Amino acid sequence: MAGGIRKSVLIPVAVFLLIGGVLFSVAAGTRDVTGEGYLDRPLPEFSQPPLIGDERGLAAEDIRGEVALINVFASWCALCLSEHPMLMRLAAEEGVPLYGLNWKDRPGAGRRFLDRHGDPYLATGEDAAGRLGAQLAVTGVPETYLVDAEGRIRYRHVGALTEQVWQEVLRPLIRDLERPS
Amino acid sequence: MTGLRQLARALAFACLCALAPVSALAVQPDEMLADPALEQRARALSLEMRCPVCRNQSIDDSNAELARDLRVLIRERLVAGDSDAEVIDYLVDRYGAYILLRPQIGADTLLLWLAPALMLGAAFAGFSILWRRKGPPPPESEALSEDEKAVLAQALGQGPGQGSRP
Repeated sequence: MAGGIRKSVLIPVAVFLLIGGVLFSVAAGTRDVTGEGYLDRPLPEFSQPPLIGDERGLAAEDIRGEVALINVFASWCALCLSEHPMLMRLAAEEGVPLYGLNWKDRPGAGRRFLDRHGDPYLATGEDAAGRLGAQLAVTGVPETYLVDAEGRIRYRHVGALTEQVWQEVLRPLIRDLERPS
Repeated sequence: MTGLRQLARALAFACLCALAPVSALAVQPDEMLADPALEQRARALSLEMRCPVCRNQSIDDSNAELARDLRVLIRERLVAGDSDAEVIDYLVDRYGAYILLRPQIGADTLLLWLAPALMLGAAFAGFSILWRRKGPPPPESEALSEDEKAVLAQALGQGPGQGSRP
């Protein structure tokens, strides 16, 4: 009888652990899938106006033909400020074309931000209303998009661009994309 | 009398509570379309879309600025003449299937949709096995054995060697 009781307790617990373990391992292996629809799709056609004080804005054809990064930033975003030195270093030392998209900012604030902290971008476009952001499935700032030479979006990094993200994710991806196949 | 008044108060309070969500509507008047039919379609679509910021809210419920952008985007697509399906495709193309609050039935979500039925089936199978294994209790013979008859007779005072009561 003792054996029977033990079995009747053990079996449900074992089944519970089995199901839980399977679900947990599946969940642990799942990436955040927000905004994955854009992956491997071409950049939308766009032509964003320049920041106030700039001559040129940012258009889709500016970026085509090379592997490039598009960094979405805003002057009101603290994480953008914290990643800014990293962007400056990328522009100065790594030779990867870096473009800026000033997202949902007040008029003039984007230029002031870049004047104060340095301008790492080859060109910057203004997206005051977040219209291009909606096309790109931007969910917040900062976000950084990796675009291949054909103008397809290959990767999106959500959050601040750190040395670790650069070394472990973006640089290997860029190397793969630049390798002639 | 006081009981009745209390009941009336409670009812009034319940009515207020029921009305409260209406006043907390996220959709702002300036977003709404003039055409009531289009606006209704926009609302219905918004209810199906996940807000990318507040994850478990629809963009119709969410006060996030991004949800507002998406609501406006949906209305623009509708005004441009898109069908409901085209609007959904437009958003899924950009944000991925995750934008849909109700996952579509597809190869990658089949397990998700079938999981409740599978678990229910497994539970029934488990119980039926358990019940069958236990089975009905083994039938006991109704006739008394000789020993039992002796014990019974002794208890009733009719055993051998015992006379009738005085």
